[in-house]
Amino acid sequence: MDWTRIIVNALEASVGLQTVVFALAAIGLNVHFGYTGLLNFGQSGFLAVAAYGMAVTVSSFDLPLWLGIIIGLAAAVLLALLLGIPTLRLRADYLAIVTIASAEIIRLTVRSVTFQDTFGGSDGRQAFAGDFYAINPFPIGNYNIGSFGFSERQMWVLSVGWSLVALSCLIVFLLMRSPWGRVLKAIREDEDAVRSLGKNVYAYKMQSLVIGGVLGCLGGFIYGLGQASIQPDIFGTDTTFFAYTILILGGAARVAAPVVGAAIFWVLLSLTDNILNEAINAGYVSNSVINSTQVGQFRFMLVGLLLMLLMIFRPQGIFGDRREIALDAR
Amino acid sequence: MRTRVALFLATLLSAFVVVLGMGAGPASADGESIFGFLFQIKKSERVAYEGVKVQVKGPGGFSQSTTSDKTGRWTVEVPGKGTYTVTVDDKTLPKNVNLRDPSKKSLKVPVLVGQDKPVLFPLGKSTRKITSKWNQAAQLTAEGLRFGLIVALAAVGLSLIFGTTGLTNFAHGELVTFGAMTTWWVSTGKVPFLPDFGGLQFFPAAIIALLLCGAFGWANDAGLWKPLRRRGTGLIAAMIVSIGLGIFLRYFFLYLFSGVTRSYPDYRGAKGIDFGPISLAAVDYWSMAVAVIVLAATILALVRTRIGKATRAVADNPALAAASGIDVDRVIRVVWVVGAMLAGLAGVLLGLAQGVNFQMGFQILLLIFAAVTLGGLGTAYGALVGSIVVGMFISVITLWVPVELKNIGALGILIVILLVRPQGILGRAQRVG
Repeated sequence: MDWTRIIVNALEASVGLQTVVFALAAIGLNVHFGYTGLLNFGQSGFLAVAAYGMAVTVSSFDLPLWLGIIIGLAAAVLLALLLGIPTLRLRADYLAIVTIASAEIIRLTVRSVTFQDTFGGSDGRQAFAGDFYAINPFPIGNYNIGSFGFSERQMWVLSVGWSLVALSCLIVFLLMRSPWGRVLKAIREDEDAVRSLGKNVYAYKMQSLVIGGVLGCLGGFIYGLGQASIQPDIFGTDTTFFAYTILILGGAARVAAPVVGAAIFWVLLSLTDNILNEAINAGYVSNSVINSTQVGQFRFMLVGLLLMLLMIFRPQGIFGDRREIALDAR
Repeated sequence: MRTRVALFLATLLSAFVVVLGMGAGPASADGESIFGFLFQIKKSERVAYEGVKVQVKGPGGFSQSTTSDKTGRWTVEVPGKGTYTVTVDDKTLPKNVNLRDPSKKSLKVPVLVGQDKPVLFPLGKSTRKITSKWNQAAQLTAEGLRFGLIVALAAVGLSLIFGTTGLTNFAHGELVTFGAMTTWWVSTGKVPFLPDFGGLQFFPAAIIALLLCGAFGWANDAGLWKPLRRRGTGLIAAMIVSIGLGIFLRYFFLYLFSGVTRSYPDYRGAKGIDFGPISLAAVDYWSMAVAVIVLAATILALVRTRIGKATRAVADNPALAAASGIDVDRVIRVVWVVGAMLAGLAGVLLGLAQGVNFQMGFQILLLIFAAVTLGGLGTAYGALVGSIVVGMFISVITLWVPVELKNIGALGILIVILLVRPQGILGRAQRVG
């Protein structure tokens, strides 16, 4: 077993692309679920419209990247409005079903052969990140401390990504300290009480949905730019539920929780993947029990189990406060 | 040897004109080329067509024509990798020889670096059936009814569980998969962790699978949901737990079953039986019959039997039901066992229709939700009606929209229904907050 490599991989995962992407997605969810109590099960849809908005603008229509990013952001806002206008008056579990269905509609549309010329079918879109790497300030080379490190492209996308994470956290922190944020939390606790105080609950919920959607969709941009390609199936329901697991692991309704949650989550997955793989290669685990293609399946089983156990035994996660979690249907 | 292999394959594809043979002819040394043979197998004799014109167009305005030689072979050297359009001029084909699919006389082919790309133009009688829109609609309605009945089995279970416990069970799809997979395991004898016992006939296998499904439903309630109810876990927390359970089970099934789609050993490639314009396999007819009988029995049991009445009482008001002497936990246990068996049966029938794989249940989960919501959450009859509507709808709309987009239609009506009539067709308005 090569423990150095296992540990280096885990360290890289703690600050790597997936951590950034899911931290952003979970920060958005935190605004929805953690602070407002909205059960949005379609977060992957926000990531998808942003990533596709950007990629399609550049690779299908040959327009500049900055315009693609604006279109992606606009698409996320539009999606939030489309979802919110009709559904925010519905009960929590109805909202959940509508949002998950919408995210699936988006995924099925972009992966269809019918719209292949625009969205690229199941292969997705490539060759749209050129402008982004053209302004990379990091000179070509590897930025390593020992064997831990990244290439100049990774350095660039990770710096941008972590800056966005920091900025998003700051925004959430400031928003939730403001009177506006206190109304959101009050809606989570007791919607009717807020309404009786003359607040327009519907408008607040809509604002929360838009802000959370836009923060979450940044993850879609970073994913697309980091991979320099996007495929429809990375925006499946599993992505949303990964983000939920991360949020609940960190602790809903805490500013830094999604970031810490994402780092712990991906370190955990990296450790299990690598330790299992090394154990298989070293012959400690028989191939009849598990082979290397099945390692990825263990990752998902682990996530499912983690989500269940967290929800049952520690719904407040690491940092949260149990009294602050919106878990009762209303 | 290669030619013989080529001829053997061609015989298999009898009456095709096939372009065969990676390297069956002299390939250019390094450049790329596109080539093919135009011939047909008649009575296991190979008839080649000479002098047929083929045109290749490509990037950068590349365009070159060629004609086939005595062996039916044509070759075009192309300038490099890229996507080329190959068109066969069907007017230069001999009379009474046609493309099997006349709409496919132009093909787009990608050519890789250094590749000699074979291109296939099947020749022979046209195999495309022309059916009228009405006949197609009848066929699609029948297929939709079959699918709707399968969805109904799962939806009734989901609806009963929701009605009695308030749980929106995101792991319900996995109960469907479990039914299909255990049937496959028992009927092939390849049960994981057990020695191979050779397998049973389909019917006993399905019955054993359904019993296992019932046990699985019992275990779900006894091991997870009842303790959670005791702790007073909120409905949303329980829903998220069911999501976690669903993910865990789905990938556990993938681990046990691997990612392939398999069909039951007794039912492979069944023939269609025509019934007017409708052509379904015999197994489709009796799977519809089984679904109808089981659904009717379930509804009857809900209306007539003591436990059925108790179930409806619990769904209406658990506290009042408990106060009037109904053992609520027992009712819920029965609902879980029955719901899991119904879902399992849906899985068995779905496996007959489309094969068994690890995410078959998850793939129809949102359709089940759509059906349940359409009919009205928590009502068993509503779930039944909603399922049949959803099943037929997604089947019939394929007349106008591509098949791959049909599920979008179903999810679309799910959303529309939640917006305009959230209580569903048969639901009562006060259920919705």
